[in-house]
Amino acid sequence: MPDLCSSIFKLKTPLSEEDSMSLNVGDIVYLSGILYTMRDMAHVRALELLRRRDKLPFDLRGEVIYHCGPLLKVGEVISAGPTTSMRIEGMEAELIELTGLRGIVGKGGMGERTAGALRRFGAVYMEFPGGAGALAAKAIKRVRDVYWRDLGDPEAVWVLEVEDFGPCIVTMDSKGGNFRTMRGAKTSK
Amino acid sequence: MRIEDLVEAIRVLETDLPADVEGRLKGIRDRESGICKTVMEAILENVRYARERGVPMCQDTGILEFFVRCAHGHEEIRDKIAEAVRRATHEVPLRTNTVNPFTRENEGANLGRFQPIVHFEGRAKDENSIEMSIIAKGAGSENVSASFMLDPMQGVEGVKRAVVQAVQRAGAKPCPPVVVGVGVGGNLERSAHFAKKALLRPLDEENPNRDLAELEEELVERVNALGIGPMGLGGDNTTIGVLVEWGHCHTASLPVSVNIQCWALRRISLEWRCGEFRILR
Repeated sequence: MPDLCSSIFKLKTPLSEEDSMSLNVGDIVYLSGILYTMRDMAHVRALELLRRRDKLPFDLRGEVIYHCGPLLKVGEVISAGPTTSMRIEGMEAELIELTGLRGIVGKGGMGERTAGALRRFGAVYMEFPGGAGALAAKAIKRVRDVYWRDLGDPEAVWVLEVEDFGPCIVTMDSKGGNFRTMRGAKTSK
Repeated sequence: MRIEDLVEAIRVLETDLPADVEGRLKGIRDRESGICKTVMEAILENVRYARERGVPMCQDTGILEFFVRCAHGHEEIRDKIAEAVRRATHEVPLRTNTVNPFTRENEGANLGRFQPIVHFEGRAKDENSIEMSIIAKGAGSENVSASFMLDPMQGVEGVKRAVVQAVQRAGAKPCPPVVVGVGVGGNLERSAHFAKKALLRPLDEENPNRDLAELEEELVERVNALGIGPMGLGGDNTTIGVLVEWGHCHTASLPVSVNIQCWALRRISLEWRCGEFRILR
């Protein structure tokens, strides 16, 4: 089966425009720096605030968010793989536009609206292997902060310090590339 | 039945993937190439690391479902299971997953109205024993599971179409390679119960019904032909097994449920025989 050729990148967060523009579908990224966990309820709250022109308690400009509800034990992350990104499809494009975030890590791919926002604002969507929560936690060095814990621990925003967090596979890039459609087109020939 | 034994069983359930499942995943890794091989290697490294460190392999430690066979003392067993889940939530730990479906409030112990889910399914092999199977099911794969009330005239072909359609619609969402539990017959809720229960059968144990064993093989081929592949990244390895369970149904009905299970099929069997506790896997 044909595969898209891939390069391996080690990147530090926050990502620059150059960083995100240099990534193509099929590339594998290892991230160091900070990941902000944001899933369903955190997106709802963030958009409520941003639509009222209120500020978020954390600045996402250039940052990478992680679709993840981690499992913790006394402040330590035990297991923290990605959650299904498509649940957030209806909210992600607006969050990208209103915050200037540059990277998303999740699983399963996202839809057309997010793809459009990635193109317009120069951001990138990556996937960590789903279910590999223990492996993900191994790359998480420390919990730096937490916001919105009233949403329940899985839905709160956890600010995680990571080192060589990966493999994060680029499946939607900032140039309109989509791993699934490109690979599907190749295999159907 | 000691609560400590149950807490230990839940720890093993969440941290140690059954050997038959791991074996199938290794087979796929060996057949894959490129990005899909990278994904399968990461999954297998995760399985090893979780087992070594005794930590849950996936952060979604799921909703716990208990299938119990014993003659008496059901209410006491139900209470002990709830207490074990409360303790395991702190000790293993488990992610606090259960919420009120209307308010989304999370009380933080994986308990609540009708949680954990406990089914009593008849007697154990002998009078004073308790037999139990537990499955931990995450939301990513439970969310894409489906039930169909087919027209009886749609027959076995209709059952096959329902299974293939459910897996196709699920796509990358349930963390493939998936295991597919299929429940046929009963009524609406029994078919869903059969589909979940089907996931308890070891992957290397053939369906005792010859026709159903053939149906399972055919469904494996048809599901793999969908081209979803590991994590939905393409290729021929979408499923590691299709398991069918069934029961008689109304002459005017053909209920079919499809329970889609992520690669992390976390199941365990236990027994207390004459007071002695054993994990059977």
